Amino acid sequence: MSITGKAAIAGVYEHPLRLAPHKTQYQIMAESARGALEDAGLTLKDVDGLFTSGVGGMGIVSLAEHLNLYPDYLDSNSIGGSSFVSHTGHAAAAIAAGYCNVALILYGSTWSSDRFAIGTGGGGGSDPPEHFESTYGPTTVGDYALVAQRHMHEFGTTGAQLAEIAVTMRKHASLNPLAKFRDPITVEDVLASRVVSSPLHLLDCCMISDGGGAIVVTSAERARDLKKKPVSILSAAETCYHTSAGMRDLTNAAAKQSGPKALARAGLAHKDIDMAMIYDSFTITVCVTLESLGFCKKGEGGSFVQNGRIGLGGELPINTDGGGLSSNHPGMRGIFLVIEATKQLRGECGDRQVKDCQLALCHGTGGTLGLRHSGATLVLGV
Amino acid sequence: MAEEKKYKKPIPRVDEESRPFWEACARHELYVQKCRSCGKVFYYARSFCPEDLSQDLEWVKCSGKGKVYTFTVTRQNQGAGFRDNLPYVMAYVELDEGVRMLTNIVDCKPEEVKIGMPVEVTFEDATPEISIPLFRPAGK
Ligand SMILES: [Zn+2]
Repeated sequence: MSITGKAAIAGVYEHPLRLAPHKTQYQIMAESARGALEDAGLTLKDVDGLFTSGVGGMGIVSLAEHLNLYPDYLDSNSIGGSSFVSHTGHAAAAIAAGYCNVALILYGSTWSSDRFAIGTGGGGGSDPPEHFESTYGPTTVGDYALVAQRHMHEFGTTGAQLAEIAVTMRKHASLNPLAKFRDPITVEDVLASRVVSSPLHLLDCCMISDGGGAIVVTSAERARDLKKKPVSILSAAETCYHTSAGMRDLTNAAAKQSGPKALARAGLAHKDIDMAMIYDSFTITVCVTLESLGFCKKGEGGSFVQNGRIGLGGELPINTDGGGLSSNHPGMRGIFLVIEATKQLRGECGDRQVKDCQLALCHGTGGTLGLRHSGATLVLGV
Repeated sequence: MAEEKKYKKPIPRVDEESRPFWEACARHELYVQKCRSCGKVFYYARSFCPEDLSQDLEWVKCSGKGKVYTFTVTRQNQGAGFRDNLPYVMAYVELDEGVRMLTNIVDCKPEEVKIGMPVEVTFEDATPEISIPLFRPAGK
């Protein structure tokens, strides 16, 4: 069974706040739910599928209670920042199977207000591999830096090429009124910013913000009669990547498996994609993901991102909202990939609108590139 | 008065799967595992082969030599045991036995570390039971 064209995104909402010390996580989720349901022209009582991540082990049940919902379908797949990209694919499958009809995907976070050191904390979970890692000080930045160093060594990728990604995201953010950082930066600014974990500079790293968002997915049939132009879910694929029992290959990512699979399931080729939302936890994440997805050859990510190719008006505009590098990153950014792609496909992006945008690809990366991570790819179209 | 712990970084948990590995480290010996059924050599310690789930495994003593596969000089980490030891070098070392393990490079200046640099194992005694395998420039 294919999900292609069976389900559609009917409503989206990006919480406008980047710092919300006066709000709780669940409050941000409820406000986002209201926004996305209004956008779709649906009400809370229409919701029969609930999806979330970033809550406690049974947090989705608490969330249902908080919203006074009794959904027929629950999914709190927590695979890091890509979770919400994964949820969107799962929601389409559940709808195609008839298990639910209106799926609500929610995210809320106050990690900035909580001063949670997601990037530079000491690490130290208790899963089996972590007992062979935590004592060595693997920060999130450090784990990605291991990949950047190897990529530079193997392929001659330069700091200036990676900086080009941060500069492009900032340019896009300057066109997004909600983005947190909107003042232009240059390659020199990135290279002059302090080194957090070599070779990654501060401006190679995404920010930590508060925030959240919501997505409403329903059947293609029902979406046709709702308020907004339906955005069709064409395909989804996901996987994970890890230290491979000691044979860790650092210059490939989970996207290598999920990307081509998602495109094949949609019956599309790379050249068909009008814009892409690529999880930009760090500049190196974008470089390696573009290669792994197959938008360029392995090792060519550094040159691919140069000369405006990934900017508005370029061959493959990415992260038109400014990404995690410049718009927002409340810890897990997957939901914003889907929200921005949806707005682009509806033609609602104003100054940052991609012309004739009909097909978009989202790819979320959760966890760390250098140790273990998940990857979720989603192809959307109008 | 509780004595202040000397080793403040996270201490690995010794469990039924990893006990022989950490017991060897306590003797300052580094081991990886090999599956007798399919020949796969692997790291980190498990009670089964991650290729075919065979439990017919052997422990292979490592030469302790390898090369830096990649590394990063970390300059920011608020975690206990790390914030007082900045900057530090975290690396993947490719052992002569063929596996890559996460570790720290010690006994040299961070700016001396290069990919491909030959290194050898050394141990830091974290507790009487736990010694952490680290690597330093070979022959230093
Ligand atoms: Zn085996």
